[in-house]
Parts: sequence; structure tokens; C-alpha cells
Amino acid sequence: MSVVIKNGHVIDPASNTSAPLDVLIIGDRIARIGTDLRGSEVLDATGCIVCPGLVDIHVHFREPGFESKETIATGSRAAARGGFTSVVTMPNTEPPIDNGGMVEFVNRRARETACIKIWPAAAATKGRAGAEMTEMAELKAVGAVAVTDDGSDIASSWVLRRCLEYADMCGLTYLGHCEDASLVQGGAMNAGLNSTKLGLSGMPKAMEEIAVARLVRLAKLTGAKVHVCHVSSAGSVEIVRWAKARGVRVTCETAPHYFTLTDDAVTTFDTNAKRNPPLREAEDVAAIKEGLQDGSIDCIATDHAPHTPTEKDVEFDYAPFGIVGLETSLGLVVTELVEPGILTMEQAIRLMTWAPAQILDLPAGKLEQDGPADVTVFDPHAEWTVAPETFLSRSRNTPFAGRVLRGQVKAALCDGRFAYREA
Amino acid sequence: MATVSEGEQRVWTRKDLIGLEDLSRDELDMILDTAPQFLAVSERESGIKKVPVLQGRLVVNWFYEPSTRTRTSFELAAKRLSADTLTMNVAASSAKKGETLHDTLYNIEAMHTDIVVIRHSAAGASRILAERHPSHIINAGDGAHEHPTQALLDAFTIRQHVRRTRGDGRAGLDGLRVAIIGDIAHSRVARSNVWGLTKLGASVVLCGPRTLLPDAFTRLGVDVTSDLREAIDGADVIYVLRIQMERQSKCLFPSIREYIRLFRIDNESLKAAKPDALIMHPGPINRDVELSSEVADGPRNVILEQVTNGVAVRMAVMHLLVNKPRVTA
Amino acid sequence: MNEADNSPEMTVVMDHEAIDAALRRIAQEIVADSEALSDVALLGILSRGRPLAERLAACIEGLTGTRPRVGSLATTLYRDDLRSGRVPATVGNETHFDFDVDGMTVILVDDVIAAGRTIRAALDEVMDYGRPQRIQLACLVDRGLRELPIQPDYLGWSLATAPNDHVAVRIREIDGEDAVLLERGVSSAADEETK
Repeated sequence: MSVVIKNGHVIDPASNTSAPLDVLIIGDRIARIGTDLRGSEVLDATGCIVCPGLVDIHVHFREPGFESKETIATGSRAAARGGFTSVVTMPNTEPPIDNGGMVEFVNRRARETACIKIWPAAAATKGRAGAEMTEMAELKAVGAVAVTDDGSDIASSWVLRRCLEYADMCGLTYLGHCEDASLVQGGAMNAGLNSTKLGLSGMPKAMEEIAVARLVRLAKLTGAKVHVCHVSSAGSVEIVRWAKARGVRVTCETAPHYFTLTDDAVTTFDTNAKRNPPLREAEDVAAIKEGLQDGSIDCIATDHAPHTPTEKDVEFDYAPFGIVGLETSLGLVVTELVEPGILTMEQAIRLMTWAPAQILDLPAGKLEQDGPADVTVFDPHAEWTVAPETFLSRSRNTPFAGRVLRGQVKAALCDGRFAYREA
Repeated sequence: MATVSEGEQRVWTRKDLIGLEDLSRDELDMILDTAPQFLAVSERESGIKKVPVLQGRLVVNWFYEPSTRTRTSFELAAKRLSADTLTMNVAASSAKKGETLHDTLYNIEAMHTDIVVIRHSAAGASRILAERHPSHIINAGDGAHEHPTQALLDAFTIRQHVRRTRGDGRAGLDGLRVAIIGDIAHSRVARSNVWGLTKLGASVVLCGPRTLLPDAFTRLGVDVTSDLREAIDGADVIYVLRIQMERQSKCLFPSIREYIRLFRIDNESLKAAKPDALIMHPGPINRDVELSSEVADGPRNVILEQVTNGVAVRMAVMHLLVNKPRVTA
Repeated sequence: MNEADNSPEMTVVMDHEAIDAALRRIAQEIVADSEALSDVALLGILSRGRPLAERLAACIEGLTGTRPRVGSLATTLYRDDLRSGRVPATVGNETHFDFDVDGMTVILVDDVIAAGRTIRAALDEVMDYGRPQRIQLACLVDRGLRELPIQPDYLGWSLATAPNDHVAVRIREIDGEDAVLLERGVSSAADEETK
């Protein structure tokens, strides 16, 4: 059984390829990338870009414990629709993924129900309580690809330092949700003019920046490898840039909402725009874009955080933080970064494929002969409107409802099978 | 300190034994060369296991930290030298009433003591006493800093073993590879052994969880790794430290289970080591934690020999400090 | 003892023939004096006493066909002057014998006796190992100057000396030749050892 993707424009950042080429898939492998290829099934990619299956190293699939928001099954379908064939799931489930048995649970559920590849991250501390570290050697042995307490930060610098040292010893990268929670109690949005006008408790950028600075300094002290999650402020980008220049083993990611929206999106008290870290200000959006251009920001990750409509349909202060992102990410990247010329399409694709895969050493993010047939086909010009009620995700919490975007996925293949195909 | 050439005689000159960092190789050799005759005393089968070397002298064992094996070893050493001994039970002593370290020692010295063996939880305690007081101070362990007599008996044990197996009565530790495994960061035994072994010509590799392994040790010419197999590959001596369970709660390693998986010395992990590598441990052993029962009860370890040698080495140290004899190379 | 000193002031008091003859005579006396040679053990006091003890054992074996047991005694740890700093420790030459002293006739063997303190230390040491039936003393040379009531039972040669006279014993196995040398009067103070 073979599939040939014809007439498309292949972009493979890992090999610096950007050319009109066909891709022949046999079984679960890429058999050939070349011209005039033939196969039993043809996928016509005329006018489309053919790239490696997208990689998102920061998603929340809520299973076990919060299946009403999302499951591994529904999350994977939403991811495939967004063009993703590999995702890294966060461990803040209930119970949390803090021991070998739970990692194996995620792996099993993925085998049974997911249409794409799930790479589980495990907790850095037991119960994510920030006190005792997890058995990282075992976690790695059963397949964890990183450790993090994402959802919250580790409050004690003593504990964080020890976790970094131990993770490094076990060959694991630490993903840092950088937040100094002791700075503000009960914050709901960015601290600035808008929060002042709205009378909502503000979360200053310093909350994130202090924690980013702490993390990179501890990374320098210990020599460990760290990755800063969901960078939202200009200050954070600066700190990472500074640290990289000094040889610290640090990478970072940002999410599409941080280069698209400011805290103006919250002025209507739309809880779908309520995020942690919160949407910031224009200068931060500009700095994020600049960071994506100059390489200070290494990749784009959605931090796909589903919450049920019921949970979000409450007063702003009480709504949970989180935005879903898998089904809108590519469209936002094309519309907000590529079309205005901030990034080339090749650069953009790199930030969503090869770059994130390399950060966690995942076998993904590139198209190569004999490699896994994880391929995404999308039309960069196809225009579509964001309609949350059509999402494959179980949740609908997006601030982009009604927004017109360009860049729509036609098909996503994972191990040679269609994980998503436009009807 | 005195220099030595074969046949020449060296004289011991130090009043105290505070640590091995300050000692020269000659001084280390003096102690190791003096110990065998005391080993013979302890091995007298039908006779009295005593010599009158410290007859009429008073040795005070002053232990702020609980210890059974070291304290009894020092006590036995003193008694076999015919000294009088006195053990200070610190819990009941004036220290609890707030008397300072110095005042306590002044009070003891007012009763005319000769040797004070002190173990204390604060690094440097023995040094500050040695500098101000006329007694001969022997450091039986100060915090995580040094435990010189332990390292001396370890070096002596290795040397005895090497001399036996090579049939060479003058062989030393030169060129041997020693791997020390465990909680290095908190170990005074590791520190003293680093000094002792490197000065005697051995090469040392330290191995343990990264969180318990300060990499500044590399600046002392010592290798550092968290990979057990790498550490014991090619090692002539595998020295296993006790892991303290309390460290788990301080976020230094996640669980005993994982420590065992990564660092325990058992028949499985020993496959990466030389078949004749010596297994050592300062005691007491956590059976099946850092050392499996099979290895602890097996033929490759010299743990009980270490204990026997401990008495002889401590006798040698006391003799040298008090009598300052000449020692022939 | 002091090292090689072949200045003309040293007189040879015993040459190797005299030493051999003395040892043979001592051996005969020991044989005559002992009921059962199997109960006799010779303990040479290090360092020169040991080769002398070996030679005596060989002589006795030549006379009777039985070789008594031989061992070494270091005596260092039993000296009454341990703290003087003038005592050479005998590292590598430790007390060593592989028999039980209980009930035996132990004959201490030394090259020179002077003050008698070394023998006193040797007596204490042997008694710490057990209870010999009898302890006797065999010396090659007695140079007088006793400070303790200890006398040899078997003696090779008696020599009257003054405290600042210098007596050197050389034994073939250690010094390459057999000789007992005497230097009257001037002697280096550092060599003064209490025997």
C-alpha cells in the first residue's frame, strides 16, 4: 500500500529543502522524495506545502482525571487536524504523571486511542508538590521525554537546583513553567493599564522574568539543560538571549497567542483570553516576533490547554487559565508571521518541526528517506474562519472565534496512515 | 616535615592528628609503617593483647555525635596500649548546659589528660581545640570535613592486601585505581580518603548522584562521574559509602529504590568491575541498599579486616603522637 | 649499633674465629643445661640477636640432631625510654615467632648487654605472650655498666668498659663480617645507647 503526495512544495528544514517535490510513502516509512513519483494512492498537493508532521512540545491532554476537557484520543484528533503528528503531553493530570506506572499508562492509552505520536513528559517532583524529586531514571527508562512541574513552578530554589542536577544526570531536559507565584496572589491578567482600568488583579511581567532569570542562573550553575515554556514578555526574551550568549544550555518556546494578541483581548472580560502567563502588551508582542526572527526563541508550542465551556463560562476571576491551540496554530503562524514577512515559510516551518524535535531529541520533525512517514500537507492560501463549534478538541476555549485565517491543513499522515484528511 | 630515603629514620613531630590534608606522604607512610607491630599485638593468641606503650596515660573519648564502632575502636586501641580511658557522654555533659567547647576541654585538661579523641558535628572543631590546648587531639570526625583515622586504616588495609597478593613486602598504593561510591558531598570519609589515597599515589574516581557529588573535586585531580559502570571499570578498589535515608527527604535523591537501581554494588553491577577488585565499606552497612547481602557476605570484601586494622592504626597514631619515636623507612 | 668505623683506634676484641668458638661453647652449655631440647626456644633480640640465635640453633642441631625453635623479639614497645626520641623503631623487623611460649625454656639471645634495660623490656614482652617455664639469657658480649639486676646465663666474652667507650658488634649476616670492636675513651655522644 503506497501513498504518493504529488505536485506539492516540499519544505524540510532539517535538510534545508524547499522545492517542488513528490513524496512517496510505503507502509509507515517515506520511501522516496523526488520528482515524478508514482504510488497506488495519490494525494494531490497542488498549491500546497508538504512538510514534516508538525511537532508541539507543550500540550495538555488532561487524561487521566479531566477527561471532560480532553482525552488523549480527542486531543490527538485535534492535533492531527492542526497538522501535528507528534506532541509532548504535560504531566499535570490527576493523578499526575510522576511515576513509572503513570508514564506507562499514558503510553498505553496512546497506543490504544491516539492517531498521532504521544511523547509523555513526567513531573519533576512527586505530586508536583515541589518537595521531593521523582525517580527520574525510571521515568526516562519507561519513555518520559522531559521532566516538568508545568502548571506551576517549583517554589524552592534548593529543590529546583537538585531537580536540574538529577535530571541532567539522567539525560532529561527540564521544562520550566516560570512563575514566581509568591509575587502576586489571585492575579487574573497582565498588570498594566488594562488591568488598572478593569479593576482586575494584575500579574506583572516580573513574575515570569524573575523565574526565568532564576532558571537560567541555576542552569548555568549546574550545567543542566533547560527549556523555558510559554515565553510571554519582552523581558523574558532578553534574559534567554543573554543566557544563550553565555553558553547556558537553554532553549525556549512561545505560543501563537503571544505574537497575535495583547491584553486588549481581555477588556471584554472574555474568559477565553484568560491565560497564564497572561496576554501582554504591544511591546511584548513586538519583542516575541523579534525573538522568533533572531533565534532567541527556538520554537512555537501551543500550550494547548482545554477547559470545558461550563468551566470557562463564569466570572473572569474564577475562570481557569487556558487556551486551546492545536487547531489554530498553523493558521495563526501563516497569517501573523509569514504573510507580513516577519518569517519566511521555511523559518516558520522549522519553528514547528525540526526545532522543537531537536530540543527534546525526538525522532520527528523531518522528512527523510526511510524515516517515519509523518507528513503534513497544507494550503498556505486557503482562507478559513475559526469556528470553535467545529473543533475536534473536546473544548472550545479560544479567543480567536470568528477570526479569518489563511493556512489550512489538508492532510496529516502519521506512520503512513491518515490521521486527518480534509473531507 | 622529615624527608625520607630507604633506611633513613624519620621522626614524628606533630602534636595532633586533625586531618590528612595537612600530612605529607612521608607522614602517612610513617603511620602505615608503625601499624603492623600493633596489629601483631591484637593477634596474640595465647598472650596478653597489650603493650605498655601508653601506660599511665589518659585517653579521653569525647563524642558529640553518636558512634559505636569508632568509639569502641579508639577505646580498645587505648586499652591495648595500657592507657586509661574515659568516655564522655555528651548528652549528659555540661555541653548541654551551654558550656563552650574550649571551656569543656580546659576542664578536662585540669584533670591532666594526654590524648583527647573528639568527634563533633561541626567541621573544624578539632582544629580549633588543637591550636589552643596542650592535649594531643585526634579528630574522630568533624562534620563533613575529615575522618583521618578511617582513611588511614583504609589505606593500610589496601596496602596489606596489595603486599599479600603481590608477595612484595614493600609495595604501596602507587598506580592503584580507587572508586568511591555514594553520598560524597556529606562524607568526611570520602574527603579524608581523597587526601590519603592521592598522596599515596593512587588515582581516585568519585561516583554518586549528581546532587551528592560536588564537581569541584575535579580540581583536586580526582575524576567525578554519576555513571557507576564507568566508575568501577578498571578499579582495583571499590569503596562503598553508606547512604543516609534522611537525604531523600531533602530532595537529594528521589527514593532508595532508584538509588539501588543506579548505584548499588551487587553481583550484577560488579560485572562491570575487575574480578579481583577489593570491596570496602567504612560501616555500618545498610544491607541491600548500597551493598547487596551477597557482596557483603562474599569473599571479595575486606570490611571486617578494616575493623581489625582500625584498632592497630589507632594504636599507631596514639603511639606516634605521644612518644614521637623514630620510624625507619 | 653504630655504623662502620674502621679508624685505627678500634681494637678487635673478638675476631670471627673467637666469635664462632664462643657460640659453639654457648651451644654446648645450653645442651648440657637443658633436659629436653624440644622445650627450648631461642628468641633473638633484634636486630643482631636474631642471626646469633640462628647460629646457636644450628650449632645445637649439629651437636644433638635436634634444632630448637627460633624467633625474634623487637622489644621496642616495652622500652622504658620510648619518649626519648633516641630509640630506633624496628619497622619491618617486628616481634615474630610461631610457637607458644607456655611451659617452654625461652633463651633470649642478644649481642651486647650493658645497662640491662633491653633485657628487662624483652622479659616483659615475653611474659605478655604467655608463661614460659624458664627464661634465660645468652649474650655474646657483656660490657658491664649494669643498671638493673640482670645477668646472662650464657656469655661469650666479658669486657670491662667505661661509659664513653664505644663497643661495636658486627655480624656477618648484617654487617658482612664477624667482629667485636672496642674504641676507648673518645666516642661520639650520639652513639651512646642504653643497653
